[in-house]
Amino acid sequence: MNAIASHKPAPALPVTQSGVADVVAASKLGLVFNTNDGPVQALSNVDLTIGKGEFVSFIGPSGCGKTTLLRVIADLEKPTSGTIMVNGMTPEQARERRAYGYVFQAAALFPWRTIADNVALPLEIMGISKAERAERIRRTLELVNLAGFEKKYPWQLSGGMQQRASIARALAFDADLLLMDEPFGALDEIVRDHLNQQLLELWARTNKTICFVTHSIPEAVYLSTRIVVMSPRPGRVTDIIDTNLPRERPLDVRESPEFLAIAARVRDGLKAGHSYED
Amino acid sequence: MDSFQSKIVPVGTLLAILVVAWYAFAVVLNGPFQRDLDRRAGETPGQLEFLMRTWSQPKPTLPAPHQVAQNFYKSTFTVKPWSNRSLIYHAWVTLSSTFVGFAFGAALGILIAVGIVHFASLDRSLMPWIITSQTIPILAIAPMVVVVFASIGITGLFPKALISTYLSFFPVAVGMVKGLRSPEVMHLDLMRTYNATRPQVFWKLRVPASLPFLFASMKVAVAASLVGAIVAELPTGAVAGIGAKLLNGAYYSQTIDIWAALVAGSLVAVMLVALVGLAGRITDYAMGGRPA
Repeated sequence: MNAIASHKPAPALPVTQSGVADVVAASKLGLVFNTNDGPVQALSNVDLTIGKGEFVSFIGPSGCGKTTLLRVIADLEKPTSGTIMVNGMTPEQARERRAYGYVFQAAALFPWRTIADNVALPLEIMGISKAERAERIRRTLELVNLAGFEKKYPWQLSGGMQQRASIARALAFDADLLLMDEPFGALDEIVRDHLNQQLLELWARTNKTICFVTHSIPEAVYLSTRIVVMSPRPGRVTDIIDTNLPRERPLDVRESPEFLAIAARVRDGLKAGHSYED
Repeated sequence: MDSFQSKIVPVGTLLAILVVAWYAFAVVLNGPFQRDLDRRAGETPGQLEFLMRTWSQPKPTLPAPHQVAQNFYKSTFTVKPWSNRSLIYHAWVTLSSTFVGFAFGAALGILIAVGIVHFASLDRSLMPWIITSQTIPILAIAPMVVVVFASIGITGLFPKALISTYLSFFPVAVGMVKGLRSPEVMHLDLMRTYNATRPQVFWKLRVPASLPFLFASMKVAVAASLVGAIVAELPTGAVAGIGAKLLNGAYYSQTIDIWAALVAGSLVAVMLVALVGLAGRITDYAMGGRPA
């Protein structure tokens, strides 16, 4: 039952709609952490391709390797078996070319920098001119609805605004791929709904490819074009669900039968993953 | 009113208790000698007269607070600041070597910390020596250093500053190692996703993150620096400085002078620590620190 995605050769996986080069292509990917209690299989036999412009969510209980998978794509962890390509390159090459923006679970803003200066951080590192930086700060802060907060320090902003600033920071250098690791996990539901809506708008406007880790079923279904269901011990992909919801999604799409059907399938996938072990 | 309630009242109360205790001890410690004096002079003063006399001896075992205050006032405000009877002059002599020593100590400490954080080999090789260096009693080593330098013709500020450096680099090195290692894993990961170079990670993340640690350790270091300068003035007949003043006082049993010099020394220490604290506050404010 967990054979839908894994144990299949990479070419047989769903080809992306547009047919252009895959943004992420993983094949038989595995990662073993060596801990004091012995080796832990964090990822096992993951086959996955993500096409340009997709919004892919990774969902599963803690310990299923969803964050680890995102970190492998970002070259923050090295796989111990299998292959993975990002934009047709190794993750390391992709990282060196600043191919992606990464949004962490916490906003991770530098407390000694203003919001504008935080957004400027990657631009400074990448050697972008001061005039160009000012322009991009203005544009990206507008994109996340934070215009007017340039001179504020992080502590002066609410948690939701801080996370939006960190998204602006990830967008500032115009990488085509956005990797988001439970970015709204620490926020309350009202703020989260609001940010989900804004994220969809942003995705529609920028046409970026987004990989989004979450443990909320409604969030995954609401946001994604595809949902990757994962389960723990060992971390593996148990189901990949294409959602056929329209791209334009008001919040109340969550009451529609299509939405509920997909949510039910995600839930089944998560349950299946669990009963497999416990 | 709030700061009056929360600060001045408790501090003032404690100070009052200390002053009362001080007067009491002055009676206890100076009493036997006073009784001896009175007996030899054939006088039998009343209770009150006896107390007054214990508080006004010219060379008491423990001078009373008002004696110290009078001496301090006299040798600070009534003499020319550049005369060698002025505490301001002596404080300045000590202060100048404290400053030089502290500047070198802080720079050395920062340099060592940067090395330790960036090179694992330095971390393993240097750290044990740094800790060992602080187990050597400074009172034992200071006279030797001063004497050795004097024998090759180097006297004055330099050997004193060296002792200050020796005492002040340690807290700065330890504090800065901690500070430079204080960035969260998430911030370091973030810099990695930007493919930032090591100098970029250092200047944009490690240095700003370390500043609060730097100022905390510099407060300790500047006080240690002053102690180093005073200790270095004690041996080998230094002619000026708080330490020389203490030594002279001890030589001629001028206990009141000793206490006045001690007061001057602690005022200088308070000033130095406050100065570093102020620099820290200004930096914190410039870095968007949340008002406390």
